[in-house]
Order: sequence, then C-alpha cells, then structure tokens
Amino acid sequence: MSETTLATAGGPTAGPAGQPLLEMRDVTLRFGGVVALDGVSFEIRRGEILGLIGPNGAGKTTCFNAMTGVYQPTSGQVMFRGEPLGKRKRFAITKLGIARTFQNIRLFGNMTALENILVGADAQHSTGVLNALFRLPRHRQEEEQGHQRAHELLEFMGLTKRADELARNLPYGDQRRLEIARALATEPDLLCLDEPAAGFNPQEKVELMDLIRRIRDQGYTVLLIEHDMRLVMGVTDRIVVLEFGRKIAEGTPAEIRDNPAVIAAYLGVDDDDAS
Amino acid sequence: MSTVTATTPANDGSRTQPRGRFDFGIRDRWYGLPKPVRMLLLLLGALLLYLLPLLDPPYLSPSGSDFGAVLFNVAAYVLVALGLNVVLGYAGLLDLGYVGFYLIGAYTVGIFGSLHGHLPFLLLLPLAAVFTTISGLILGAPTLRVRGDYLAIVTLGFGEIVRLIAVNWRWGGGAAGITEVPRPPSIELFSLPHLDWNGFVATVNLDETTTFLKFGVLDQIPYYWMALTVIFVILVAEGLVVHSRVGRAWEATREDEDAAELMGVPTFRFKLLAFAIGAFIGGISGALFATRQAFINPESFPLLLSILFLSAVVVGGPGNRLGVIIGGIIVAYLPELFRPFADYRVLIFGCLLILLANFRPEGLLPPRRTLRAKKVEEALVELEEGPADE
Repeated sequence: MSETTLATAGGPTAGPAGQPLLEMRDVTLRFGGVVALDGVSFEIRRGEILGLIGPNGAGKTTCFNAMTGVYQPTSGQVMFRGEPLGKRKRFAITKLGIARTFQNIRLFGNMTALENILVGADAQHSTGVLNALFRLPRHRQEEEQGHQRAHELLEFMGLTKRADELARNLPYGDQRRLEIARALATEPDLLCLDEPAAGFNPQEKVELMDLIRRIRDQGYTVLLIEHDMRLVMGVTDRIVVLEFGRKIAEGTPAEIRDNPAVIAAYLGVDDDDAS
Repeated sequence: MSTVTATTPANDGSRTQPRGRFDFGIRDRWYGLPKPVRMLLLLLGALLLYLLPLLDPPYLSPSGSDFGAVLFNVAAYVLVALGLNVVLGYAGLLDLGYVGFYLIGAYTVGIFGSLHGHLPFLLLLPLAAVFTTISGLILGAPTLRVRGDYLAIVTLGFGEIVRLIAVNWRWGGGAAGITEVPRPPSIELFSLPHLDWNGFVATVNLDETTTFLKFGVLDQIPYYWMALTVIFVILVAEGLVVHSRVGRAWEATREDEDAAELMGVPTFRFKLLAFAIGAFIGGISGALFATRQAFINPESFPLLLSILFLSAVVVGGPGNRLGVIIGGIIVAYLPELFRPFADYRVLIFGCLLILLANFRPEGLLPPRRTLRAKKVEEALVELEEGPADE
C-alpha cells in the first residue's frame, strides 16, 4: 500500500481532538418484546479509534444501525457534533458526516470500483437533471472533484489498478478495502467499520490494522466493531463492551483485558441461568 | 494471483462468454476511429434513416403496406422503449402500466387540441409532456415506497384505471374517443421523389413525391421524420443525464437500495425522478401517436400495449440504449414484416421471448458495463495464463 495522504479534497471537518463527536445518550431499542439495546450510553471522541465489542447478539450492529438512521431509537438520543440526529433520513445522516461499511459486503456489484467510490463522493454533491443536461459549471466542477477524490482514495487503498473492474469481480480483500474507500468518499467525520477483518488471514489483519491507523492519522474518527481480540486490542484507543444490549464495560484495551465482567461475558460463568 | 487454474476459455466462458458473441469487435473498431470520422459516420447514418422511407428498399419494406406508416410505428415504439428504459433499465423499477402515460399524452393533445380548445400542436406537445410528468409524479410519490412485485401490481392497476377513466369520462370523449386531433403545422418547402424498385434496379419515381414538410392524411413520412428527430433529441439528452451523478445514483439504487441510501443517495427522490422522466418521454410519444392517428379512443391503449413496450425493453437489454432501440424495432417491425403469418405472430413472439430468456437473459445487448468488465476479465486471464498459450 502506498503512503499517499488524502489532504487535497474533502477531509473531515476540523475540531479539537478528544472532544465528543458522537454521543449515545441512554439509547434503548426494542423490537416487539426483544430489547436489542438497553439504555446504552457512551461517546466517541474526535480523532480516536473506538472499539465496540461483545459476544454474538450483544447489539453491536444494532448500535451501528441506530447511529446511521436505519433504526430509530425507542428512547434516548444519538447526538452528533452536539446535535441530536432526530428523525433524519439515512442519506441525510451520511451527508452530515457518518459513513459506514457492512458486515456482509454490500458493494454495487455491477459498477466499477471507481464508480462505487464516485457514488460515495456524490453524497456531498447536488448535480441534478438540469445541471447534467446542460453541462453547467456545477456538474463539471463536481465531476472533477469526485474523480479526483476517487483516484486519491483508490491510491490510498492500493486499488488504483482495479479502478475499472466491476466490484463483484474483485478479490475479497479488495472488496473490503473498496467498501472502506466508498465510505471515506462521502467525506465523513466518523467512519464506522462493521467487522472489517471478517474472513481475513493474519497477514491481511496486520495490514488492516495499519490501514485503520493511517485513516485515523488523516483526521478521521473510527468506530470499529470487531471479533478478533488481538486486532481490537492492538489498534483501538478505547473499547466499549456490550452484552445482551447493555454496556458492561468501557476503558482502554489494558483495562478491558483485566475486567472481570468482560472475561465472564466472553468465557461464560457458572451461575448464568441462560442455557 | 499466482495459482492459475486450468480452465480453458471454452469451459470457463459458459457464464460470461455469450455476452460478447455478437460483438465481433465492432465496438473496439468503432472507438478506434478518430472522432471526426465517427461524427461523420453518425451523420451519414442519421441521414440514411431520414431517407429510408423514400429509398423504400426491397425486402426491408413490407409488401402491401405503407412503408412510411410502418416506420412511424417503429419509431414510436423505439421512443417509448427509450422512455421505459429510464424507468426499468436505469432505475430498475418494473412499470407495467406505462401505457397509462402514453394515453395521457395522447389525450392531452386530443382534449386541448380538438375537444375543448384549439391549441396549436407545437404548444400541445410540451403541454402533453408536462401533464404526463405531473401524472408520473402523482403516481410515483405514493407507490415508489413499495418495492419490486408490489410496484409492478400498482402500476399495472394504474394503466388499466387510466384507460377505464378514459372510457367513462364523457368530458374526455368517453368510449367514442376524440376525432380531428390537430396536426403539426406544415411548411411546404420542396418535394422529394421516391424510388421504385424492380428487382434490384431502382428508378426515380417523380410521380410519387413527399413534400417537405407537409403533415397530411395520406403521406405518413413527415410524421416519421418528426418522431425520428424527437428520438435523436431524447438520445442526446438522456446520454447527458445518465453520465452524471443522476445516472450513478440510479445504478446504485438498482444494485442495492439500502446500501445506496446509506452512501448518501436520496433513493426515493431519484426513483421519482426516473419515473417522471419516463413519463415525460411516454407522454411525448403518446402525443406523436395522437397527431398521426388524428383519431384516438380508449381502445387504442390496451394493456397489451404495456406488455409490448415492456418486451421491447426486456428483449433489447434493459440499461443499454442501443439494445433497447433494437428491441423496439423488433417488437414493432418484425410483426409487420411477417404480416402473412399474422395469426401466429404472437405465438412466434412468445417462443422468441422464451428462447431469449434462456440464452440471453440480459437482453440482446446487455449494458455496456458488463461488456467492459468482460474485456478486463479477459485481459486478466491472458496476463495470468500468459499470452502465447494457444
């Protein structure tokens, strides 16, 4: 992978590092009788890599979905840059600055790698039919800006040679990277990665850790859902642990490693009556 | 990347190979030409299309029917297919009631040009487009929230409801329809002779001429010219729109609506836009149809027409303009050519569709991007297997 930076176009908005960028305030999410999230509160601080871990079904992806507008919290609020997300539509939240990848890759398979990223870049564009029809300055300017950003991202991800290939024909690892590139193209402040290392071999995981750090170094804030403990411990600044929809621990990787509740959640305890 | 499986292109190609089979490298050769040459060839091709009804070439022109009328019909289908292609091919919305827009376009011209007003045709044409666009928005706003099968059912209902309203609506002519639909204004500048064919020997027939530009009752050729011109305009406009943010948004929405929405695409807005543009083009073709026919009634717009429009797009290859044009030509022209077998033509057409579904599920000409991707795939295989492998 190359060492290019993403300085020229559309980086994250400036703000003091360490300030809260996104806050989950007592978020509860119920589906009928099932409580997927139960009064979850935590914050993601600008410029950090926050890990979100927990056993299967703990509510990690639901947490993502509450942040990106897929689900509306039953109660509680998600605050982004100090403002509640409220009932904003999903595309509006993306435009606001929260981008995500998917646990099971969801690229636009029949579009090229370049076009996939362009769709992401279009999140900040507003060219409509009239602009396109008459090739007005806005169309030209946005196309140029989008292509420039797309090529930067392709280079950053080491995908330049794949630009004109269909997304569905890319090797698995490249598809994962392309998803991250597409999300970055929307010019987010917060990048949410949903198990980006799933299906990776150890070598690829090391590369991914490096990539996530490089993304943070460009000024992005990263939220990472991941099962692989070594990866999470190795790359994150702080970790939030969920179990059965509740937050059971929060702290630095070292603190989490020694937390008895976390160990119990992952290894199980005898007096747990759930069989 | 290093391990190469021993797949021969013949075996490996069972899924990807057929896509380029009818291509013969024409595309490559075409884009290999310098731009001025391409422009010139396109102009010549367009000129040939304009002159086609005058040339009246043997075998191409069905015996016993007016070639100009046949060509107008073909052009009308092609135009409709282009409009439906925006909805079905680009945005991936299954619209089974497209004939509804066709009807609204035609009736706008009829009602305000003959029944309840005498507006000139050149004003009626944009009016028809505006009305159908509005009707597209009205239909789309509530229905585009449902997906897939449901949308198909709702639009199917729309097509029928619009027709039934036309039947029962006395102010709009009712079942009797509308007569004396206005014609486009004529500017008679000069006359063009036709060719007469005796075997393969052509003679200029100075008795049979077409006046440029006289929109009369007998000679249908000027209507064909008008339709052809509209097609060219629509093709250029559509190309400009598709190669922009709008086209990408449609494509992404068709691929994965949820993912598109989460990548910042306001999917509903873009689906509605596709619907409105499709309706716009459908309305214009309806207006052209009405003025050529001079008489319209609800029976001119049966459900079967929706199905035929849809076949034109599906046969040609949704998402590929050239394919859709060919689809329109097939659906409108082949039945004319095989008039003698008229009783069987629906049967033959059905069999053709089944064959097509089996062997070319993406249509005769699949979207360009699949072809482009195939080329990249081939190049990769070549790189991996070594070029001098044969």
